[in-house]
Amino acid sequence: MNGLRKFIDNIKPQFEKGGRFSYLHSTFDAFETFLFVPNLTTRRGSHIRDYIDMKRTMSFVVIALIPTLLFGMWNVGFQHFLSMGESATLWENFWFGFVKVLPIVVVSYAVGLGIEFIFAQIRGHEVNEGFLVSGMLIPLVLPPEVPLWMVALATAFAVIIGKEVFGGTGMNLLNPALTARAFLFFAYPQDMSGDKVWIAEHGDAMSGATPLGNLLTNQPLTTSASDMFWGFIPGSIGETSTFLILLGALFLIITGVGSWRIIVSVFAGGFGLAALFWAIAPYIAPDNAYMALQPWYHLIMGGFAFGAVYMATDPVTASQTNRGKWIYGVLIGVMAVLIRVLNPAYPEGMMLAILLLNVFAPLIDHYVVEGNIKKRLKRIPVKA
Amino acid sequence: MSNREPLFSAKNRRLLTTPLGKENPITIQVLGICSALAVTVKLEPAFVMTISVIAVLAIGNVLISLLRKTIAPRIRIIVQLVVIASLVILVDQVLKAFVYDVSKQLSVFVGLIITNCIIMGRFEAFAMSNKPWPSFLDGVGNAAGYGIILIIVAFFRELLGSGSIWGYQVVPEVFYDWGYKDNGLMILPPGALIVIGIIIWVQRSRDKSLVEEN
Repeated sequence: MNGLRKFIDNIKPQFEKGGRFSYLHSTFDAFETFLFVPNLTTRRGSHIRDYIDMKRTMSFVVIALIPTLLFGMWNVGFQHFLSMGESATLWENFWFGFVKVLPIVVVSYAVGLGIEFIFAQIRGHEVNEGFLVSGMLIPLVLPPEVPLWMVALATAFAVIIGKEVFGGTGMNLLNPALTARAFLFFAYPQDMSGDKVWIAEHGDAMSGATPLGNLLTNQPLTTSASDMFWGFIPGSIGETSTFLILLGALFLIITGVGSWRIIVSVFAGGFGLAALFWAIAPYIAPDNAYMALQPWYHLIMGGFAFGAVYMATDPVTASQTNRGKWIYGVLIGVMAVLIRVLNPAYPEGMMLAILLLNVFAPLIDHYVVEGNIKKRLKRIPVKA
Repeated sequence: MSNREPLFSAKNRRLLTTPLGKENPITIQVLGICSALAVTVKLEPAFVMTISVIAVLAIGNVLISLLRKTIAPRIRIIVQLVVIASLVILVDQVLKAFVYDVSKQLSVFVGLIITNCIIMGRFEAFAMSNKPWPSFLDGVGNAAGYGIILIIVAFFRELLGSGSIWGYQVVPEVFYDWGYKDNGLMILPPGALIVIGIIIWVQRSRDKSLVEEN
């Protein structure tokens, strides 16, 4: 560690003003502060002593994502060999998935960070650390068969149109990873939905439909609840295992990176509406298989848990006030179930629900703050 | 009449050119967005729409300018509407007679030129208080400023969304064999909104004087 520090201090002058590589200043700065916590202190205002800066926060989210990534790789192989009707060892499964998934991760990071660095150099500011997480989230919400050029295009779109035009990390309205997914979802629907894309090199032995796809076409559910909870189902790379996602959620809550209010309220909102649908389904729509589904299934199917834990909690695009977080979370859960059950076009509603509430988050905050001000104004004694 | 202003004096030329850039109806005034989203899937309808709007706005501006002293202020909106509506019906009939296919594609949007805010806006802001010739130039300029954006948007939407330009396939068949696919988002109205947004971005980063201070 000391050697590394010395090396960095040695080459540092070349990157400062007047140095040989001064035009690469922000690039150098990005790597230096990635490796070592910067020794800067805030100049003005009140401040809290804490070594956890943005880069460290982002790293925690990446750590929380690693179990789902590794399991996702294994599951890609597992689903492939299952659909071929072959049995494979743990390693064969993992290796197959590793070879499929790693290029997607590499492309997502290379394109995203490339654009971030270029924008940082042009605008002369520091490299935004937000992409550390987005670059990992993008592969995890895509189907394993997605072509790599689409990953590159969607990442570029998300970083430029979703983030840089608004002023970079911290200024964006929409979650960048979901922006990338929404772009692909609407631009290339045949590669992002249906029953062909969820299993890599899919054999003929079984249908490739996800549980959500089955329900949309009113077919009975063929997967057991435990399979869905542990994650042995086809789906986007990182979304299948609710168990590992909850482990990640636990990690995020303990380290204080993710907001427990949002996670709990998303689950509560989704469960509440799903339970209501379940209760009234026999009376109003007896032939809608989606509506008659027991409410807990909604929470373990598709991207619900993944969205609730990793997407909805994005500190930039979520509500900032505590009361706002509850409203924001509940509405995401409600919207997701509403889109799933009542919209015949989309089997999954989590992505659209979160993007919609991202847009509404500032409004929610505004009314929470205004409400608070009004309440407090009433306490001032009226002067005669 | 000895000190008559020349037909294309500097002032008159500006009437024609500023709406193309600095005072563009779409990217600066953000008017006429609805039709810009609706008719720009392909280049051909966008071009026909541009011609139609140029015709309606130029002739309408001249008519309003000629009538401007006889129109009672209280009923001016109704008079303007009558002028626009008559012109739009004329344009619609001409399109149906000569380019029936395109007229089919444009469907209701030719009729909706009546509600295009740019036209009413120019009548109110310019033709009501200027002579016929400058009004004519102003009409052509603003409609062309609208049309140029329409054509740029349609060019990118058709190229990326359908792989063609003016109906001719330009993306080689080999690309599709390699796995390239047309971008479905560009066919949808949000695609147009994104392209217009990018045009506004480019225009503002080239001309900083357009950026508002806040």
